[in-house]
Amino acid sequence: MKWIAIALFAAVALLLPFFAGDFYVNLASQIYIAAIFALSLNLLVGFGGMTSLGHASYLGVAAYVSALMTTRYGLHHGAAALISILGTVAMAAFFGLIALRATGLGFLMITLALSQVLWGLAYRMSNITNGDNGITGITRPEPFGISLESPAAFYWFALITAVIAFVMMTVFVSSSFGSSLKGVRDQPRRMAALGFNPWMVRWITFVYAGFWGAISGLLYVYYNKYIHPTSLSTTSSAEALLGVIAGGSGTLAGPAVGAALVLLLKNYVSAYVERWNMLLGLVFLFIVLVMPEGIVPGLQKLAARLRRRSS
Amino acid sequence: MQFWIIQGLNSLSLGGLLFLLSSGFSLIFGLMRLANLTHGAFFMLGTYFGAIAMRDYSGLDLWVTAIGAGIIVAALGGLFERLVLTRLKSNPLGQVLVTLGMAFIISDACLVLWGGDSIPVPTPHYLQAPTRLFGFVFPTYRLVLVGIAVAAAIGLYVLIDRTRLGAMIRAGVDDSQMARAVGIPVSRLFTIVFCLGAGIAGAAGVLGGPILSAYPGLDADMLPLALIVVILGGIGSLFGAFVGSFIIGFIYTFGTVLFPELAYIILFLPMIFVIAFRPQGLFGRLGT
Repeated sequence: MKWIAIALFAAVALLLPFFAGDFYVNLASQIYIAAIFALSLNLLVGFGGMTSLGHASYLGVAAYVSALMTTRYGLHHGAAALISILGTVAMAAFFGLIALRATGLGFLMITLALSQVLWGLAYRMSNITNGDNGITGITRPEPFGISLESPAAFYWFALITAVIAFVMMTVFVSSSFGSSLKGVRDQPRRMAALGFNPWMVRWITFVYAGFWGAISGLLYVYYNKYIHPTSLSTTSSAEALLGVIAGGSGTLAGPAVGAALVLLLKNYVSAYVERWNMLLGLVFLFIVLVMPEGIVPGLQKLAARLRRRSS
Repeated sequence: MQFWIIQGLNSLSLGGLLFLLSSGFSLIFGLMRLANLTHGAFFMLGTYFGAIAMRDYSGLDLWVTAIGAGIIVAALGGLFERLVLTRLKSNPLGQVLVTLGMAFIISDACLVLWGGDSIPVPTPHYLQAPTRLFGFVFPTYRLVLVGIAVAAAIGLYVLIDRTRLGAMIRAGVDDSQMARAVGIPVSRLFTIVFCLGAGIAGAAGVLGGPILSAYPGLDADMLPLALIVVILGGIGSLFGAFVGSFIIGFIYTFGTVLFPELAYIILFLPMIFVIAFRPQGLFGRLGT
């Protein structure tokens, strides 16, 4: 059953640009970007038990750095991407030092405060970030001389990156280090007694999640060719967190599915009304109150309850 | 000299406003172990209520409006607590997410109802004339605001430390299971404290109106300030919130005036410093 689903997904993913229109190809590219972002957040939320409300920091900072390096300083995309990733990872390492002084709600509040500070900076430092106007005129890179301007070309680029990201993160959580991460989430004191350093395990995961957040940020800025402070906002962090929780936090592929659903909902709703934030809030309430374990287990439970009632 | 004194007063009045905001947050966190991310939205709701009421009914008194808005916001907060938060008692993460969702809903609803333009809240006419003290000129309203914050701090201290209700709240903070066992209705205390915190935030929204005016995004501007105040002062400590508010009030005001672009960085330096050396905050207790 599981293998059939995977084969079906692979077939659709590989054949999509050949039968679908540009709109759907672009939508799929956006889904891959959102999926990488949600998967990286899931390392923290699902496997590490660290609920971060500031994950947009990594996406946004990586995107801003790359945009500034290419448009303002005229750097090549390769160099700009390298600087952007290194800078974002260094920032994650530093933020990790601060935020991991606390756990639980303290961690959540510190990550939220840090990301709000960055959001405020993006707005206020308008001589660098262009403030509310955002940065325009960003180009897409040309890896190995291949232009990514067409939707299909970008689609392949995003798909390959997403597959690499998924495999790398799956390897990460399936490794012995991943086991120690889950151990630290469930029984930090016992893990400490066994000789593990819970703080170090959390910190390494935090930095690794920041790295994949940076990768999704690069894809994000390449796709949109534009960057605005909203990509650093709490809404952006909350969308990813909703994807993780809706898909099922702590599962391998669930957050990718959740992120896809959130993105589709956002695109669909935005076509009719402007009230995305309100709907996001309502969906949050609904998911947390009705399906706290995620949509798939939630639907199963709902179906079971209906069956019991009818019999 | 005039510059420093005026900015000092501005710092004090912002600090007072921040105390009104963060004291409620801190009380709620202390008792309910709930990081109430709707708090900024409650504040903004208060500001909008004040701005709309005083625009549509000219001659309405600011103090009456503040009390009225406080009561309305407290009632809304109470409804939210009863209808939603109590269902998630054993799920602290779910509670936070729900308060975040509620914050999105409120801020978008304000945008729908009252549009994107900022709406001013008028300063009462009898407080518009500046006060002269020791040869310096002070905006009277800001002086009054500092006084209100200090009065509120004393009032909250008396409530928490000197009354029967306060004793029950403190018992609930220290050990909610034992408090339940000796017959304290902890669940009802939750509702009371949540209403109180939301109400203070709503009233503070109106009182901050003449300085800030009501605009979309006010909640996103105020919430991080409140978070930084309570992280700095110690989560759940009323005295910590008081000291933290004035520290942040000074840093933010002087930061904005002297280094306008770096104000946000300067704002979070003290937070990093405190977290690095005293993760529980200046006046927080370990294990809470």
